Amino acid sequence: MTVMKWLAAALLCILPLPAAAQSAMPPAPLADRQLDDPRLEAAARELMHTLRCVMCQGQSIADSDAPMAGDMRHQVRSRIAAGESAEDVRAWLKARYGDYISYQPELNRVTWPLFAVPALLLLFAALVFFRRVRVAAKPRR
Amino acid sequence: MIAEIGLAALWLAAALAVFQLVAGGLSLRPGAPPVLGQSLRPLAVLQGGFALLSFAALLVLFATTDLSVALVALNSHTAKPLLYKVTGAWGNHEGSMLLWVATLATSGALIAALERRLPERTMHAVLAAQGFVASGFFAFLLFSSNPFTRLPMPAPEGVGLNPLLQDIGLALHPPTLYLGYVGLSVAFSFAVGALLTNAVTPQFARVMRPWVLGAWVFLTLGIVAGSYWAYYELGWGGWWFWDPVENASLMPWLAATALLHSVSVLAARDALRVWTILLGVIAFSMSMVGTFLVRSGILTSVHAFAVDPQRGAFILALLALYIGGALLLFALRAGTILEGKRFGLASRESALVLNNILLSALLGIVLLGTLYPLFAEMVGARVSVGPPYFNAVGAVFALPMLAVMTIGPLLRWRSDTARRLARPLVALSAAGLLAAVLALLQGDIGLLPLSGFVLGAMLVVASVLPLGGRSFRRTPLTVWGMVIAHFGIGVALLGMASDAALTRERLVAMAPGDAVTVGPWTVRLREVMPVAGPNWTATEVVLDAQTAAGGRTITLRPQSRTFWAPVQQTTESALASRWNGQLYAVSGGPVDGGRWQMRLWWKPFVTLIWLGGLLVALGGALSMAGHLRRDTVRRSAARRISRLAAPVPA
Repeated sequence: MTVMKWLAAALLCILPLPAAAQSAMPPAPLADRQLDDPRLEAAARELMHTLRCVMCQGQSIADSDAPMAGDMRHQVRSRIAAGESAEDVRAWLKARYGDYISYQPELNRVTWPLFAVPALLLLFAALVFFRRVRVAAKPRR
Repeated sequence: MIAEIGLAALWLAAALAVFQLVAGGLSLRPGAPPVLGQSLRPLAVLQGGFALLSFAALLVLFATTDLSVALVALNSHTAKPLLYKVTGAWGNHEGSMLLWVATLATSGALIAALERRLPERTMHAVLAAQGFVASGFFAFLLFSSNPFTRLPMPAPEGVGLNPLLQDIGLALHPPTLYLGYVGLSVAFSFAVGALLTNAVTPQFARVMRPWVLGAWVFLTLGIVAGSYWAYYELGWGGWWFWDPVENASLMPWLAATALLHSVSVLAARDALRVWTILLGVIAFSMSMVGTFLVRSGILTSVHAFAVDPQRGAFILALLALYIGGALLLFALRAGTILEGKRFGLASRESALVLNNILLSALLGIVLLGTLYPLFAEMVGARVSVGPPYFNAVGAVFALPMLAVMTIGPLLRWRSDTARRLARPLVALSAAGLLAAVLALLQGDIGLLPLSGFVLGAMLVVASVLPLGGRSFRRTPLTVWGMVIAHFGIGVALLGMASDAALTRERLVAMAPGDAVTVGPWTVRLREVMPVAGPNWTATEVVLDAQTAAGGRTITLRPQSRTFWAPVQQTTESALASRWNGQLYAVSGGPVDGGRWQMRLWWKPFVTLIWLGGLLVALGGALSMAGHLRRDTVRRSAARRISRLAAPVPA
């Protein structure tokens, strides 16, 4: 009896498969459905806001109607739900689509100025300020 | 006929601009005939008149949908509402560039007609610089983006305007932003004129200040309008995306904000002369960089409707010419300007210097993050720089700047003591602490939103402290302006923090009769029905929302629209504003089994973002009015004195 039940269930699972072969697929199940655990959903949400929708222009996958963004939201939610950390998912997506997918540049050979320049700016700002104040304060002594 | 009038007017304006540049340049040479200098003001006024005439011609062409003109045929449609026919005139590359130069020429005409406080020689240099800038942009328009080109055969019907742009917010957003961009050209010309004639004085700063303030007010309004448009029209509840095109408008704003503070120091204390001139050059350079980024199509995004490398190259050449030229002039002449008065560590000046340094650093970060992907692409790497980078790195500079902003206005000019500030500091810390406690009671909150709550609350309190001990009636408008603008920044900051930390989201598929809760609201789907507009059809989802506490039911009607010229689908979000936030609903179309995909948000106090932005603009406008009034009073007093001193005719 239970075997029959399992078989029926398996058959039911296979039934919609031909639909997957069609060009206009329905959106992936988790594209627009929130995870039940609010903590996981928040983590997924935060991650989605930092991933670029490659089909769109200047939009994150969290802010796009494009079908591909929906698929990627599904990927993010299902992986987070399966227990992966946000950074694992980001790394997986980067391996598949390249660094371009992530709005958060990582420190490497190409991107180091993005981090060096702000640090230099900070130093420079402090230098300019203190020099100006020192110069300004001198004649009053 | 109208198209030809427009084109002729454009050529005439261009010729006058070149003439203004040449005559102005020659008039600066020793021993130049005075007629050269005297001709400049009439030239500038005429140029402004012709540029406006040309733009008016374009408006008429769009209003009447003259399909024999290529630009109209490509961007308009007879079935469009009249309002969007007219605003469609600048919803495209050529038209918006014509609006740009028309505004440029008009502001040139205004300084020529009205400004009489500077030495005449400096004014000649200023008008020459204005002619210099205008000629380049006229050339760009005439040689690579002529808006008046006729088609060999009139088109039977127009192509239409992108439906996303058929919206009142976006119809008004470009002209406002352009007024700001171009207003900064006046600051640029003043800076160049003052450099050329060695006239960097407090008087010069007072003349420049209303222009900087005016430009800054329009930039603020333009950014606020653009942000609200993105918020409700794109339908994802975001209000700032760190999109390159948004950054293109933020950079001139940051520069203009720094400039208007340093110009105040120069006007009041005769300090920061070199720095003010440099900022004057940088502010307009950022406007041009912004125009270049958006117009050249180098960044492709919703806004970049011009994709043409030849145009990009043209603007890049102009950019190099103007920015390079101005910086070269600056390098040659900066040494001749004396640095001006000095000040101590605890003084209003030093707070303003810190504000300037941090704003400039912020500008540097935004510029770097916006352009870096382009640089990376040149070496064959594809990088994205987005919200995680800008938020984190920007905060390093923005948070200290906001902290300085709380105490800066309380400090005295020249030198002050820390002891005098003890009491306000206690009040500020209390406000910050209270905000932190209240925010943490709401649950798990990120570090950035928490800092936003704390600094926002401190700023709201700090901004009104300068009014303490003053009689409200006697407080000058300029002080009111500062108070309201700083208050607005605090208000906006609270809105941003609240939106980031307290937004509640529901994504659900709903059938008629279903109800979901989002934040304090219960939202029920009543029905789905078809509706039709002038150039679109839509399915409208009717939602009834009620709070748990009861009260009146509100109805939200988000739509999915299909426009037919051009064929394009858009989602129209529905918003219900309450005093404590906004309920935001978007319909994502049908899913299986007669259900509709809905996106619902409850965004507590999100409206404070734009309310704060409007307050900032209002503060700027009040300050400008105050300065203009003070100047008129001063001038009429001076006139009366000179009349008294004049010898009585016998």
